[in-house]
Amino acid sequence: MLEINPGLILWTIITFVIVVVILRGTAWKPLVKALNDREEKIRQSLELAERAHADAQRMLEENRVQLAAAGEQAARIIRDGRDMGERLKNEILEKAQASSRQTVEMAKAEINREKEAALTQLRGEVADLAIAAAGKILEANLDEPRQRKLVDSVIRELSGST
Amino acid sequence: MDEQHDSHGTSHPAETPAHEGTHVSGGGAEPGEHNLFTDLLHHTQDSRVLEYPGGHLELPYILIERDGVHCYRSAESLRSAGLYTTTGTGSALRTDTGAPPMLDMSVTKHVFFLWVAAALLCLCAVRAARRNARRMVPSGFGNLVETVVVFIRDEIAVPNMGQDGVRYLPYLLTTFFFILIMNLLGLIPYGSTSTGNVNVTAGLACIAFIMIQASAIRAHGVKQYFAHLTGGVHWALWPIMIPIEILGLFTKPFALCIRLFANMTGGHIVIVSLIGLIFIFRSYLIAIAPVGFVVAIMFLEIFVAFLQAYIFTMLTSLFMGLGMEPSHEERSPHPHVH
Repeated sequence: MLEINPGLILWTIITFVIVVVILRGTAWKPLVKALNDREEKIRQSLELAERAHADAQRMLEENRVQLAAAGEQAARIIRDGRDMGERLKNEILEKAQASSRQTVEMAKAEINREKEAALTQLRGEVADLAIAAAGKILEANLDEPRQRKLVDSVIRELSGST
Repeated sequence: MDEQHDSHGTSHPAETPAHEGTHVSGGGAEPGEHNLFTDLLHHTQDSRVLEYPGGHLELPYILIERDGVHCYRSAESLRSAGLYTTTGTGSALRTDTGAPPMLDMSVTKHVFFLWVAAALLCLCAVRAARRNARRMVPSGFGNLVETVVVFIRDEIAVPNMGQDGVRYLPYLLTTFFFILIMNLLGLIPYGSTSTGNVNVTAGLACIAFIMIQASAIRAHGVKQYFAHLTGGVHWALWPIMIPIEILGLFTKPFALCIRLFANMTGGHIVIVSLIGLIFIFRSYLIAIAPVGFVVAIMFLEIFVAFLQAYIFTMLTSLFMGLGMEPSHEERSPHPHVH
């Protein structure tokens, strides 16, 4: 079982060396190269994915900030708009009230003026009427100048009392 | 395997005519027992006959002498040529001097299976490499081979030898797969384990020896390599230390050689012994137990085939790594440093 056979030792060495020489170039190197290439590719892909993930994260953060800013801006615009509307409404209301008040004032003044005029006219008419009536009543007793004097004093009394 | 050994008794009359009678004629247990086992054990050993289902083939003789190479197709043609005779085991002897030839390079059964393993390895490895080169994601067979390649690179070569070890990957990969295929070839019917022959493992160990020395010289240079042989002790101790160191260089590959051979032979001897029980007890009923055991041992053998290929590769790379270490003084793998 343990007999030494140099021929077999030599065959083993020869065969082994041939196999190594054949496989070194045709199998082992390509296998290891494919392995290294793949490892390199996987590492690159992982790095790429890592970078892309970081980018996405950053953009998401940016978006979130922008969104928040936009929301705030929108809220401010709405608030401003509402304030402005309110102010405008009040202004218009005030203006309308003022104008209506003015109109009423003007109408009142007109009315007063008209009333004054009417009163004046009425007093003239009343005086004329009174004179005519008194003249008719006192036709014989009183002359024209004394009558007028009397009537004027009456009218003055009247307008002074009113 | 059991089929293989069962069939040997009858399919192989030419090789062991003397033993044939003992267990076929069913003689007494006392004279037959020794012969039966030597006969069965014979099948774990080298042979000049290659058996295949339904017959056998005589392998050629290639004898190298000082005056040239002599080739014969079979033992018959060798004898009829007149220059050689054959012994009982089939070895050639010179007719004139009675001495064995200078170098017997005959193609024996183990050489044949060595070549079968080499051819299978080349076929599989090249196929796997082509497949993996074609696609980015390996699948199937290429994936299987690549798993082993990754394992040998990342678990054997790099831990033992550092990044420099990648340089020796082709050698380690060939060693692993070559030994593995040779181990496994013995487990199929009509197959034979070349690594169960001490000469084959010696050849592998010779290569391991050369690789261990070459890697050490490559890492440190010739001067440092020889300085290492003195073990770093006082010069007065050199006459003791240098022989010990040189002996140490040879014991490592020697252990590799014997370990692989003994493990592969041991398993086969267990199987042969269990099968032998059937012939001793001469009973079909008894045969059930040994066959059951043999099946169990066969599974163990498959495991051992992988394990021993791994251990051989692992230890070779470990020994290479020891020689490639940066400085002898920093770490002390040997106890004699100080």
